[in-house]
Order: sequence, then C-alpha cells, then structure tokens
Amino acid sequence: MTALRARVVAGNPPSAVQLKGPGIQEWAEQGALADVDDVAKAENWDAVLPPVLAAIMKYENKYVAAPVNIHRVDWIWANPAVLAKVGVTTMPTTWDEFNAIADKLKEAGITPLANGSDPWQDLTLWDVVALGVGGAEFYQKAIVQLDPAALTSDTMVKVFDQMRKMRGYVDEGFAGRSWDLATRMVMNGEAAFQIMGDWAKGEFAAAGKVPGTDYWCAPAPDQGGYILNSDSFVFFKVSGEDKVKGQKVLASLVMSPSFQETFNLAKGSIPARTDVALDKFDSCAVKSHEDLLASIGNNTLVPSLSQEMAIPRSYRGEFLDLVTQFYNTDMSSADAVKALAAGIERARAQ
Amino acid sequence: MPPPARAKSARTLGIDRFLERWLPQIVVSPLFAASLIFVYGFIVWTVYISFTRSGVLPSYNLAGLLQYERLWSTPRWYVALQNLFVFSGLFIAGCMAIGILLAILLDQRIRIEGVIRTIYLYPMALSFIVTGTAWKWILNPTLGIEKFVQELGFPGFSFDWLIDPHMAIYTVVIAGVWQSSGYVMALFLAGLRSVDDEIIRAAAIDGAGPVRTYATIILPIIRPVFLSSIIVLAHIAIKSYDLVVALTNGGPGYATDLPATFMYSFAFQRSELGVAAASAVMMLVTIMAIIVPYLYSELRGGRK
Amino acid sequence: MNGEGIVRRKGARQAVLRALLFTVLGLFCLVYLMPLVVMISTSLKSLAEIRTGSFIALPREVTFDAWAKAWNSACVGVRCNGLAPYMWNSVAMVVPAVVISTFLGAVNGYALTKWRFRGADTIFALMLFGAFIPFQVVLLPMARTLGYFGLAGSTYGLILVHTVYGLAFTTLFFRNFFVSVSDGIVQAAKIDGAGFFAIFFKLMLPMAVPTIVVTVIWQFTQIWNDFLFGIAFTVGDSNPATVALNNIVASSTGVKEYNVDMAAAIIAGLPTLLVYVLAGNYFVRGLAAGAVKG
Repeated sequence: MTALRARVVAGNPPSAVQLKGPGIQEWAEQGALADVDDVAKAENWDAVLPPVLAAIMKYENKYVAAPVNIHRVDWIWANPAVLAKVGVTTMPTTWDEFNAIADKLKEAGITPLANGSDPWQDLTLWDVVALGVGGAEFYQKAIVQLDPAALTSDTMVKVFDQMRKMRGYVDEGFAGRSWDLATRMVMNGEAAFQIMGDWAKGEFAAAGKVPGTDYWCAPAPDQGGYILNSDSFVFFKVSGEDKVKGQKVLASLVMSPSFQETFNLAKGSIPARTDVALDKFDSCAVKSHEDLLASIGNNTLVPSLSQEMAIPRSYRGEFLDLVTQFYNTDMSSADAVKALAAGIERARAQ
Repeated sequence: MPPPARAKSARTLGIDRFLERWLPQIVVSPLFAASLIFVYGFIVWTVYISFTRSGVLPSYNLAGLLQYERLWSTPRWYVALQNLFVFSGLFIAGCMAIGILLAILLDQRIRIEGVIRTIYLYPMALSFIVTGTAWKWILNPTLGIEKFVQELGFPGFSFDWLIDPHMAIYTVVIAGVWQSSGYVMALFLAGLRSVDDEIIRAAAIDGAGPVRTYATIILPIIRPVFLSSIIVLAHIAIKSYDLVVALTNGGPGYATDLPATFMYSFAFQRSELGVAAASAVMMLVTIMAIIVPYLYSELRGGRK
Repeated sequence: MNGEGIVRRKGARQAVLRALLFTVLGLFCLVYLMPLVVMISTSLKSLAEIRTGSFIALPREVTFDAWAKAWNSACVGVRCNGLAPYMWNSVAMVVPAVVISTFLGAVNGYALTKWRFRGADTIFALMLFGAFIPFQVVLLPMARTLGYFGLAGSTYGLILVHTVYGLAFTTLFFRNFFVSVSDGIVQAAKIDGAGFFAIFFKLMLPMAVPTIVVTVIWQFTQIWNDFLFGIAFTVGDSNPATVALNNIVASSTGVKEYNVDMAAAIIAGLPTLLVYVLAGNYFVRGLAAGAVKG
C-alpha cells in the first residue's frame, strides 16, 4: 500500500495491482485508474458477474478492475468426529442451535470455536454474526449504508450479545495465532468449529482432507444471505502502447473461464463468473455457487465488511477497532453500539 | 587539499585563501541542509498535513483543527496515551531500580564481572523483533510459563497477561525492562567507577555502612547519571514501536497500542493521513518537552 | 576503580553477604539469559519434541533442520526462500549506510570543533535535535520523498534514510571526541601549511580510531536492528532481515514451526550479537555516548 502510494505519487504506477472493494473507488477518485471497459463490453462481463460485484469493479459505470474469484465469508467449518463426541450429527442452522452445541462441547471439555488473535479475525466473526442475527437487509442498512438508525437499533445490540457469547467459546491460547493455525485446530480435533471464509478450505485440501467425511462445511446461520469477498486486479493509468495493450490482455485473461477455473480450484474459492461449470469443484464449492445464485435472486448478497469489500478503510477501521475492543474486553453491548455510532460519525467528519 | 606548492599563481592563491576561510562552512553546509530538510522541513510538512483533510493521499487544503478534534475523540488514542504513561512510568522505574541495583552489586569487585556485565547488557544489542519471538512464546499461556508451572504440579497456576486486555501492557513493560535495564546498569557502573576512592575511604573511616555509603554519599555524587538515564529511557519509551509489534501487535484488541503503533496503523492501514499526522505531532511535542530543556542544559554545561 | 569493594571486609557475616551477592547476580543472569536459551534450545529441537516437552527443557536430540529451513526455505508471506535473501538485503543496506554516515559524521564533528566558525554551536544543536525526534513525524514526508526520487521500496532508499537520520548521532560522537583533542595540534599543523582535509586525514582520523570503532558499531547495531523504516519503506523482496523475520513469525503454512521461527530469529540477530560479543567495550562506550554526556 505504501509503496503503491509512493509509486503513483511519483508518476510511475504499476500496470495492474491486486486491490479490492472500496479501495478501488478510492484510487479511481484520485484519477489514477484506467478503464478496460472495451474488453468488458466485448466479453459482456455484465451478464456473467453478480451485480453487487460488478458495481465494485466499476467507476463511473466503467470497469476499472477484473475480479478473479468469489470467496464466501459466512462459512462454518467443523470436525464431525469431535461433534460426535457430544452426540451432534448435523450442523447448526440457527445461532441458538450453535450456542447449545457449543455449551455442550464446553461442558465436555472441548474448545467449541477456534479463532486467532488478529483484529480482522474478530471482525470476520462479527461479520458473520451480524448477517446471521440481523439478516441481509439489516446488514445492507447498518454496515454498507452506515444508516444511523440501523447502527443504533436493538438488532445491533443483539449482534453484540451473540458476539459476546462467541468470546466464551474460544480457548486461551489465541495470542499470536493466525487463522490457518485455527483451521489446523479443527483438523486435529483440538476444536470443533471455525468460522472463516472459504480460504480455510485450502488448508483442509492441502492436508488431504475430504469434505463431508474429514470435515464439514456449511453456511453459518445466515438467514439465506451470502457474504461476498473477491480478489481483483485493478488497472492503473500507464503510458505506452505496450503497457496499455498488456493491461487489456491481462483483463481478458483474468476473466476467461479456464483461468477462473484453474485459479479457484487451488484457492478454495469459486469463479467470479457465474457461468463457469463446476464439475471439477468439490461439494462445498458447489454449495457456495448454488447459494450465490439464490442470494442474487433474493437480493441477500452482501459485500464483506471484514474483507474490505463493503466500506472505505477509514470506516472499516472504526468497526475493526470497536469490535476487537469489545471482543477482548468486558464492554457491554449497549456501550459498544454507542461507541460504534460515535466512531462512524468521527469517520464521516473526514 | 594538497600542501601548498612554492610557486603559485596569484589566482590559485586567492582560491586557497577563500577555501581556507570558508572550507569548514562549505563542508558542513550540505549536511546542515540535509538536516534542515529531512528533520525540520519534514516536521513542518507533517504539522501542515495535520491541519488538512488528508485521507488516502495528502491534500493541502487547510481544515483547521479538525484532525486534532477527531484524534482527541478517538477512544483508541486514549488507550494509546494511557498505555504510554503506564508503560513509560513503569519502564523507567523498573530499569532504574534494577539497573542501579545491578550496578552496585557489580561494583563489589566481582572476579567474573566482565562476563556478568556482558550477560546483562546483551539484550540491548539485539532487535526486539528477534528477542520478542522468544518472549511471545514464554508469555503465551498454552505454551510457556503457565503451561510449565502447571506441569510442575500446580494445575491452578495462571499467567495469562498476554491475552488479558488489562494486564497485557505489563508484559510489554516486563520485556522492555528486560531489554533496557542492562543499559542503566552500564551507565551507573561507569558513574560509580568515576567516584574518587578518597571519598569512599573517608566514609568508611566515619563508620558508614555500605547501604548508607551508597545512599547518602556515592549516589548523590553521580546525580547527573540519573538525569541522563531517565531522559534516555523516556526517549526509548516514547519511540517504542517494535517492542509492541513483536510482542502483542497492539492486542488483544488494541489494548497495548502506543502512540507509535497508533500512528503507523492510521497512516498505513487506515488511510487516515490527517489523524496520523496529528498523532505524530503530539508525539513530537511530548518528546520536545523532555528533550529540549535537557539538550539546552547539556550544551550550556559543555560550553563552560 | 575502587581499590576494595565496599561490601568486602573480613568475617562470617561478610561471607554470608558475599554468598547472597553472588546468588542475586546469578539469578539475574538466569533471567537475562532465559529468552536466548529458550531460542537456542527450541531451534535445535524437532517439532515433535517441542509439542511434548516444556519450553525450558534442553533438546534431547539435537537437529539443525530448523536452521537450514530458516536459512533457505522458510516462507516469508508467499515466498519460500528462507531468510537468506533478506539477510543480504540487510547487509547491502547496512554497509554503505554505516560507512557514509560515519565518514560524514567525522568530517562534521571535526569541522564543528577544530574550525570553530560563527554559528557552529547553533548548527550542532539544531542537528543534534534530529537524533531525538520520534521518527513517526518524518515517516509520511519521507515516504513521499523516496517515491519522488524513485527510491521507494528499494535498498538505496533505506541507505539514504539511515544515513540522514544517523548523521546526528555520528556527528555527536565525533564532536565529543574532537572537543577533547587539543587545539594546539591543529594550530601547529595549520602553521606548517596543512589544509582542512590534510589535517583531517593525516592527523585527526588516526587519532579518532577508537571513536570510529564506537561509531561504526553503534550505527551497525542501530541500522541492522531497525524495524520501523524497514517496514514503512520497503516491500516484499527488498525487506531487511528484521521485517522478514517478523513476517516469518507471523505467517505460517498450516503448522506453526516454532523451531524454525526461533532459528530465524537467532540468524537475524547473529550479526549484532557477534559484534557485541567481540567488541562489547566499544558497544558500551557507544551507549554511554548516546546518553549525550557532552
């Protein structure tokens, strides 16, 4: 980020950079981006990308970025062998069910939830809880549109209440733990669940684990919603025929079905294009794809707060600080809601 | 410049004179200019940015005290400030107490003093990014001391400061004292050695015991060492950055944030250049309040 | 040096005190050494032994696998080339920065003391202040300046940064030394017709060798151990060793390899540790001079 800023300021930007979410808009507003709209028009990107995602890739209605994948954030990963120890044979579909199972696990001396120490991991958990407790409409209003009424609603208090419960389900050794080590805990049976985006699947796959038998994947209780995360290449204004041509070739390549298939098979995500056949993908990916299409239809697809897809970094930073502070202290839900609203106002003053 | 040759034209002689008169200034001036730009120029720039609406990129339109208002209404900034006071207070006190104690103990003509001194001081030679790797492990409840003591047969033993938001800052203090107390020891040991033997002998003849000799005679003589140690420690404390990054990375939550980590995070992770600049200015003001009077008195003293 | 320690007199009570003294000193030694011992012993264990044993136990079976991995195949983010390339980055950064800043500091200190011109003290005071500013205050404009000159993210950029901000200290060291050198020597040389640089190279530098050593060691340690400038001004391939080490420790590929982390940490700390062990006295003198005893 720093180096990128320095290069742009110095008038020597790289051709294409991996950037995402509102970060794309920030650079576009600085007039630093080039559009690849002719490629997008010719290949009809509008028809194959989820509209929520397409909007993020565009600035002033022109494509300035090309997405390589779609990660679902609201996943819950589980170790079936561990769940069997307390007689659980299905994944929870509501937060009440989740809490009941977690309490049972805790009584049996098993860590219910694996989580690490990075603030963004706390926020990922909160992201999923917010959608699950509040639903997609609430998520849109409170988090994407930053509506003051939604931010201070009773629903928001409930979101924090559930988040407080989550803190009680993790073990003590989380200091300095990264997300993949948390995944490893589920794999090894040291914890029952992890709530994390489907990049966690890459860890299971790398260890040779098979979905359905060695581990379970299921959408976290989310009221039929879907939290979207996507990596994308952003194109900067460069001088020179060659470089401009190169950008277009890259844009076309990134969006080609074969690239999207190969890339995403390795990464745990699914193609950003909704029209790529998923024959080679596993059951979790197929489920992700089905739910994606359904959520587009129901208008319940939301961009991820934690993965920097929803709002600019200055606002996200307020969520990040507040949530991680709440999660790691004994702040009350009511105080958290008040502090969050104040933080958003502060960010607005920028 | 070569030594002057015998037969020189008037012109080169003129240049020689000119150089002789001005060369020192010419040599010093580029370095002085560098310091003007890179220190004072940059400070002015940062102060200016702190009065603008700069976000992702700097903007040069003034916006009054907006960023300072925002900074001083950010709960995280108060945590960082409070931590700075707790940390520097305990850090300075801890380093001074242990440093002085060790210096006095080492002053008793210990045969292997060299070895022991080397051991006390080595943490200063290592980056805390290096030693923090070990500290993080030692302080982790499921890996380090807690687990070790529990396995010794005390299953109820608990030492989880690293993940306790109220206590985590004290782990930073422990690690900081461990790193810097040897430095105070070295300064005081040098100070103790500079005290005239006559004075000590006179005290012994008066029948003063060792504790009284140190407390009322020797330590007061080396009073300047106290001042410079405290100043240097305060300076280290305010600049502490890698200590926190390596040990807690500001966590749990932002419970161990210091102004230095706060500034970095707002500048480089949050795209809030204005607030970051404002917090940097606050740090600068704090350090100036300590350092400027000290430097002034040191330089004045040196001129005598 | 005191002829006799103060606590050293004859008698049984003194013997007890003496024993107590050594016990306290010994205990402190253990505390100070613990992190280093933990690092070394953990780096020599296998992962299996780390899992089963306690952190303080010595390795039952010594293996250097972790060291090899830390050197050339541990992952820093997504690149898995070990710490080696970053160690070379650090070397490429440290050597020029130390040489340049030490030399310039020597010239500066000499000019400011032996050719005292009007304003020399003011200039020195203004430069000295640069040694104490919190670097946060120059971080943003420095990032922009490096970008402007095309030095962002490069080793050259870091050399510039470390030279500039090291100058205050190196000048301080040499000024304090040259102040103690008698002006008479310089005056005599001037009368003999020696010029500014002739006096500097032939007369002053040879006298200043101990100060040069102190300065070089001080600068080397400071720059090698720097983290803030490294993390702010470099990316990926150009990271110095400290930043790469922090990334190694923070990133993992499924399994947390504590032995590799510890080995990497020791490798990254080895250069400064060696300098310290080999030239400890000079290091201590640098520290004392750093306390600005004028």
